[in-house]
Amino acid sequence: MNSEERKPADISVTLSGLRLDNPIIPASGTFGFGEEFAKLYDINVLGSFSFKGTTREKRFGNPTPRIAECTGGMLNSVGLANPGIDEVIEHELPALKKIFRKPVVANISGFSIDEYVYNCERIDKEEQVGIIEVNISCPNVHDGGMAFGTSAKAAAEVTRAVKAVTTKPVYMKLSPNVTDITEIAKACEEAGADGLSLINTLMGMRIDLKTGRHILANKTGGLSGPCIFPLAVRMVYQVYDAVKIPIIGMGGVSTARDVIELMYAGATAVQVGAANLVDPYVCPKIIEELPKLCEELKIEKLTDIIGKTHNI
Amino acid sequence: MKKDFMQTAVIVSNDRIAKATYEMKLNCDASAITAPGQFINIDVPGFFLRRPISVCDAEDRSLTIIYKVVGKGTLAMSQMSAGEELNILTGLGNGFDPERAKDGALLVGGGCGVAPLYMLARKLVGKNKSVRVVLGFNTKDEVFLEQEFLDLNDVYEFGCEGFEGEKPEVKVTITTVDGSYGVKGFVTDAIAQIYGSAKKTNNEKTYEEGNAIDADDPIGTKGTAPHGMSEMKVPYYYACGPLPMLKALKKSVGNHGELSLEERMGCGFGACVGCSVKTTKGFKKVCADGPVFPAGEVLEET
Ligand SMILES: Cc1cc2nc3c(=O)[nH]c(=O)nc-3n(C[C@H](O)[C@H](O)[C@H](O)COP(=O)(O)OP(=O)(O)OC[C@H]3O[C@@H](n4cnc5c(N)ncnc54)[C@H](O)[C@@H]3O)c2cc1C
Ligand SMILES: Cc1cc2nc3c(=O)[nH]c(=O)nc-3n(C[C@H](O)[C@H](O)[C@H](O)COP(=O)(O)O)c2cc1C
Ligand code: FES
Repeated sequence: MNSEERKPADISVTLSGLRLDNPIIPASGTFGFGEEFAKLYDINVLGSFSFKGTTREKRFGNPTPRIAECTGGMLNSVGLANPGIDEVIEHELPALKKIFRKPVVANISGFSIDEYVYNCERIDKEEQVGIIEVNISCPNVHDGGMAFGTSAKAAAEVTRAVKAVTTKPVYMKLSPNVTDITEIAKACEEAGADGLSLINTLMGMRIDLKTGRHILANKTGGLSGPCIFPLAVRMVYQVYDAVKIPIIGMGGVSTARDVIELMYAGATAVQVGAANLVDPYVCPKIIEELPKLCEELKIEKLTDIIGKTHNI
Repeated sequence: MKKDFMQTAVIVSNDRIAKATYEMKLNCDASAITAPGQFINIDVPGFFLRRPISVCDAEDRSLTIIYKVVGKGTLAMSQMSAGEELNILTGLGNGFDPERAKDGALLVGGGCGVAPLYMLARKLVGKNKSVRVVLGFNTKDEVFLEQEFLDLNDVYEFGCEGFEGEKPEVKVTITTVDGSYGVKGFVTDAIAQIYGSAKKTNNEKTYEEGNAIDADDPIGTKGTAPHGMSEMKVPYYYACGPLPMLKALKKSVGNHGELSLEERMGCGFGACVGCSVKTTKGFKKVCADGPVFPAGEVLEET
């Protein structure tokens, strides 16, 4: 340690004008609407959080079993189970207000452009919403979700339609299940997206050797967890090169080191998904660790390292 | 804020008690376990997801689980020894409600579903309620906890504090699918014998003189249990076991009871909606709203 007092590192970041105390955002689908975690710690320590993917209608989702495991990760085929936008606006958001004072990331899904437009227009009016994250990459629903995120044309159409009815920053959440993610990223940017979130889960499958059958009732599911981290780093890196809009990076993050690595690749903020499910305290742990790690790595301002690997 | 939700538990013992079945005693703060039927979620070193396991018994700093080796995670658990540590999430789910049983209760367990019924039986006996336990296994080698349930006949001193009426009684009936022990067949066959439904199994074998099924004195028939869907008069019941067992039970004895469900879990504490179930009261999470549900609310379709 230096003899002179060093200022603790500045770990705040800014996404499209929205200042976050730190870059840590629990990822959609792994944090519900915050209530389970608010029982465990003060969730106001988070930068923000992204709530469960919301559709127009209430959904049970896919049949169970819809969780499977693999080395270093998990598969889910939850299939956008959610209470529907009316319930989210009438009950979930008011309940959330009591436990979280910061702006949230509203994760929105749809099965048609009309539905995306309807949901985004409604959620845009909610004062608690800081960013609208449009999920065009859910691998677990048929005729919707990922269908929009795997075609540059469709992704651009959704972006344009949503931008036309909203005032808040719109982040398009991209699928890794594509040949060239930069093509989709550029299409979204050109269509007016304020930022990008990546990556959603990768489509996977597990088979039970005792029966020879799929473990997941839906047969396929989205792979997430530490095993996808290098893929996330690569994709964030590629997209950072391709666009100018900010990136919220995610995929397999479970430590403060992972956060720094993804920021080096080009992420302005970082979401933590599956890790919350196995260690419910992982986000506050990362937030506590970040300033110490910055000091160890001689980072004074976290924003200094965003995309830095590209210039070395 | 929930304290000690996540804990480091020290393994006190980890012994094989039946075929591929282990009893693990943990030293940790068990105070979050407030009802029988709740579970813990165990971080088994080397695996990404935690393993949900029901609490078999809990008191002060002692927590007992019984698990069956069915895959890699439970195999790794079976290879751990006393002194080693496990990270657990505790106090998960809503358990059985012992208050719902009036004079007596029927407890039905299948396979590793037997484990949580032990703490339930202990609580019921502690409240002066007689208990009829019917446990189903595939074969003799898999049978466990029989003696422990019977021993509950002796643990409490009755006739003292708050005690009225007769000493509560614990009766145990074992069924095995292959007939190698106890009644041959399924738990529903034994229940039909005990509570006198017209349906009889082809092989009515009782397993032990002293514990022979006594159809004239079934536990709980004195009670006010309403009729199930059949003609049987079955007391309020509690069940945990494989889905086919729960379905068959519900069909034969009705909805006057509670069922503990099982589902693959991502988190075990309500965050991922991986474990949803359709109920008569809407979509619920097995981990957070259950695993125990009123029988009338679940498994309604088919
Ligand atoms: C609420 C609850 C209570 C339980 N209580 C007990 C108990 O007291 N004793 C006991 O022996 N077993 C119990 N189980 C089942 C136990 O969780 C599984 O047997 C165990 O997770 C299998 O892990 P594995 O690694 O050996 O199997 P693998 O098949 O290798 O596991 C792979 C994945 O599937 C999951 N999984 C596999 N089988 C099941 C199952 N039947 N239910 C839920 N998840 C499963 C595992 O957790 C893991 O994530 C309970 C399950 C639930 C949901
Ligand atoms: C159980 C589960 C449910 C998810 N649900 C959603 C969802 O509703 N909307 C969405 O955009 N992403 C959803 N995701 C994807 C995550 O937000 C995240 O993009 C992905 O899991 C990669 O991050 P991770 O490896 O840290 O989990 C879900 C992921 C999991 C594990
Ligand atoms: S297992 Fe995650 S909500 Fe039940």
